[in-house]
Amino acid sequence: MVSKHLLGLALSLSTVATQAQQLHTQKPLKIQPAKHQASSFHSEGERVFAQNCSRCHNAPEGFSQRIAGTIARHMRVRAQLSQHDEQELLRFLNP
Amino acid sequence: MLRSISRHHLSHPTRRIKRIAVSLALLCTAGFASAQNTPLLSGGVGFLSNTNKGNTTYSPIIEPLIAAPIGSHLLFESRATLTESFFPKGPGQPGYDHSHFVALTYLQGDYIAARHLTIVGGSFLTPFGTYNERLSPLWISNLQDGPLIAGLGSMATGTGLGGELRGSAISRQKYSIDYVAYFSARSGNEQFNSERSTGARVSLYLLDSRLEAGISYARLLQGVQEDFYGTHVWWEPKGTAFRLRSEFARGHHAEGYWIEADYRTQAFGGLDSWIGRIEPVFRMQQTFRRDTVASDSLPPVNTQRADFGLDYNLPHNTRILTSYSRQFSSTGNKNIWETGIVYRFLFPTWKGK
Repeated sequence: MVSKHLLGLALSLSTVATQAQQLHTQKPLKIQPAKHQASSFHSEGERVFAQNCSRCHNAPEGFSQRIAGTIARHMRVRAQLSQHDEQELLRFLNP
Repeated sequence: MLRSISRHHLSHPTRRIKRIAVSLALLCTAGFASAQNTPLLSGGVGFLSNTNKGNTTYSPIIEPLIAAPIGSHLLFESRATLTESFFPKGPGQPGYDHSHFVALTYLQGDYIAARHLTIVGGSFLTPFGTYNERLSPLWISNLQDGPLIAGLGSMATGTGLGGELRGSAISRQKYSIDYVAYFSARSGNEQFNSERSTGARVSLYLLDSRLEAGISYARLLQGVQEDFYGTHVWWEPKGTAFRLRSEFARGHHAEGYWIEADYRTQAFGGLDSWIGRIEPVFRMQQTFRRDTVASDSLPPVNTQRADFGLDYNLPHNTRILTSYSRQFSSTGNKNIWETGIVYRFLFPTWKGK
């Protein structure tokens, strides 16, 4: 029973590792931790990111542009963004 | 004849399956037509240790999260927890025992109904205070343990089964107001355990001062009906990497608060320098019993606890979490030592161009 669970955990970990390796070959989008930068923002989307996403968690170091829209919509629900803020965030994540 | 009848009976399900497959393919094509709307797989994987009164527990853990948009208005999302805990056998017995825990944390569908309204249905995190919804994921929390008052207002399981209305009520250059209201049915299902309850939360965020303040209310609608009240204040001074978060919650039988501060310096080569990656964390919390009926998850007596954390933010979304906590109560004081390493992953669910 233990070995079955450990095997499951090991498989999950190896899947994560494999996918992460794939991500690194997909030219991931780099996000600077805007929260920690100077107070002025280069764009409206950067402000939305800094004031909503970074309020709870560190910015991920990189991700595929193919999930930028999904991230923006997920953040709209989680951080209760307005439609305008979601659009600006998406523009920032995937210019 | 018999053969032809068999073939006839077999051909129907086969055709049906083909039709379903084609429909699903079309749905996926339509739903995920936009290259940036690929479903994502995110979450955290970690290895944690906890030493409480001299007993050390080791827990490998994985918390996967999936989010899949369909069309322009729908989003399905779910988070789960899989963990195995290894802990010492009872007093006088050598070796370790173990237990496992596998559960869905939530499973919900989000329908973006209007510019300022999202309708959520399914099993969702109870929106009371800030910890449950915003800070509880493994890859977000600064300390392994949640606050002592995390059980107040979140209705025992921390999840509701029903629906939510949520969104941004007002969003201006200077301030924004967001809201959420929910109703949950009672459920004894193993994966979707919840209590019949209702509640709401409203938050105001002042953009210039980076100050957020909010209030929460929840009412348990089964058994002895109880009211819960909460308030939270978060502050992140402009241009710094300092964060102050706090919450107060009051239930029928107990109340308490927590204040947490964390900081990263930019003075020695920025946040990506080896010093800038160090993140000291401090959390102070107190709980007070209003009577001896312990129907919540708070300690049975008044308790004070101070948590001193020292996290290190490694490259590639990896964090090392360490902390020492001292807990004081009339039933005995104790030391809690915790260490762990957490990796946060985020990638598309399938490979693409």
